[in-house]
Amino acid sequence: MSLLEIRNATLKFGGVVAVNDLSFSVEKGEVYAIVGPNGAGKSTVFNLISRFYDPFAGSLTFDGQNLLKRGADQIADLGIARTFQNIELFDHATVLQNLLVGRHRHRKTTLIEEMLFTARVRREEKAHRAAVEEVIDFLDLQPYRDKMIAGLPYGVRKVVELGRALSSGPKLLLLDEPASGLSVEETQDMRWWIDDIRTQMGITVLMVEHDMGLVSSVSDRVLALADGAKLAEGTPAEVQADPAVIEAYLGAGAAA
Amino acid sequence: MRIQFKTSYEHDIRLFPDRWSFGVYAALLIVAFALPWLLNAFYLGEATNVLIWAIAGLGLMLLTGQTGQASLGHAAFLAMGCYTGAILMEMGLSFLLAMPLAGLVTGVIGMLFAIPAVRLHGVYLAIATIALSILADDIIVLLEPWTGGVSGKFFEPIELFGQTIDRWSTPHLFYWMVLVITIICTLFYRNLLRAPLGRAMAAVRDSEVSATAMGVHIAYTKALAFGISCAITGIAGFLMGIFSGIVTNETFSLVISIQLLMMIVIGGLGSIHGAFFGAIVIAFLPQALSILTDAVSSSSVAIPGLESGVFAAILIAFILFEPMGIYGRWMKIRIWFELFPFARKDMFRRQKSYLKTERLR
Repeated sequence: MSLLEIRNATLKFGGVVAVNDLSFSVEKGEVYAIVGPNGAGKSTVFNLISRFYDPFAGSLTFDGQNLLKRGADQIADLGIARTFQNIELFDHATVLQNLLVGRHRHRKTTLIEEMLFTARVRREEKAHRAAVEEVIDFLDLQPYRDKMIAGLPYGVRKVVELGRALSSGPKLLLLDEPASGLSVEETQDMRWWIDDIRTQMGITVLMVEHDMGLVSSVSDRVLALADGAKLAEGTPAEVQADPAVIEAYLGAGAAA
Repeated sequence: MRIQFKTSYEHDIRLFPDRWSFGVYAALLIVAFALPWLLNAFYLGEATNVLIWAIAGLGLMLLTGQTGQASLGHAAFLAMGCYTGAILMEMGLSFLLAMPLAGLVTGVIGMLFAIPAVRLHGVYLAIATIALSILADDIIVLLEPWTGGVSGKFFEPIELFGQTIDRWSTPHLFYWMVLVITIICTLFYRNLLRAPLGRAMAAVRDSEVSATAMGVHIAYTKALAFGISCAITGIAGFLMGIFSGIVTNETFSLVISIQLLMMIVIGGLGSIHGAFFGAIVIAFLPQALSILTDAVSSSSVAIPGLESGVFAAILIAFILFEPMGIYGRWMKIRIWFELFPFARKDMFRRQKSYLKTERLR
């Protein structure tokens, strides 16, 4: 059974059909990329999975669980973590605190215990801290550990957001344009990280990305979207050679 | 320049980062406990007043500074705690029981209020909470059998451990009692900040979208923040009532709400220190002003509106020149000395922030 299965999902904003009868599934342990021109509905698919939007029709299943029965705040509990296209970090907190918020789904202590800061809270905090430290090591964030987000450069923020998603210990990682706005070197780093996330950590990755270099080098399968509908699906090479994809990107006649 | 070498996770978790800061706070605590021997009765009363305001400030700080929800209705919660405590004590409960109960009742009511209110954002929430402040006045009058209405409610001196604690006859005991309550409230606050719930509150303040994606339930966290904030404020209100000896329907007016909010903005939003700095300003300014006006003019003519005018000017100056409040300024001075001579002029210049994902509501 697939890890994430989307069946006939449809979402409309007024008269605009953002996602149109879309079906695809992501297998455990693969990197699955969604590409498409601007406005194709890529981020909308992410927001459907995060349950920020309710689909008009269709079903979303993750790990055998019906996502539509969950609220947006319960998605993390299932083991889905995500990043945002325009970086949604907690600006007035340090990198460490941001990553620790990623551990929120593992919170076991109650309000009273936390107010008294009992031994259990202390033990849990240390465990969270240790888990976050592994992510910091993995992403080389040591120099920024105690820095405020508000003062960090864009590239680092992008990595911190990836780190926050990883801190939650997800089964599925949704990356919304992980390489947008990054330099060539930073994009290279991102490529290795995504590779390691899959092979070393065993986390399934679903990403939206425009950088075809990154997509073809790291992803196992690619889905091309246009106007909210599936255009092509397959290996990166297959999708790039697909006439319908070339037409959507470059216009009719370009394939000839 | 002090450099900390962190050798265990304990460093990031414990209350004091190093021995030095532990020493500073210990010294501060000793001075605070020794204050009755250092000050006369008048200034000891003022110090008590500062501490009570600081407790109320901590309450509002948790809601506004930590969770990002502005409230102009906290005078109503002060009143609620005050009257609840007074009624409980009239029923024969001891102060030790009445105080936490007053906090609890206020907290629960605050949470109930939050259930509809947390749907509102920013300035709309502030406007909705103003309604509370205005309603409080009328409700106190309407509930005259319990609250004493317009004629007011009087507080008897507290009996605690066989001692009579009264502002006038035993000011030092009253001061110590308030000091202990302040320390307990501060500790609770500090513990919350280093625990998951405190971080969740900051997450709600900075980005509701990603807080949700991280598994934080927004409405629940906000309601909880309201509840804890109101509980602390209720305790402060109870202490305020005992301190002043009599409260009427006009004691906890909208002006008090505004002063509370001003206090935490001047002190520095989002920090414990800010609540205390702000409380010092708010509690001492009227005294300082009257001393100043006495010094400037020999005639004892009261100048109407002088106090609110000066408050307003201070608030505007802070928002324009030091949005981080007194605590922010204090940090800057400290960092300047810690880095000496490497501090740069533009080190604290605020950076342009990047676009936020379109809000999903």
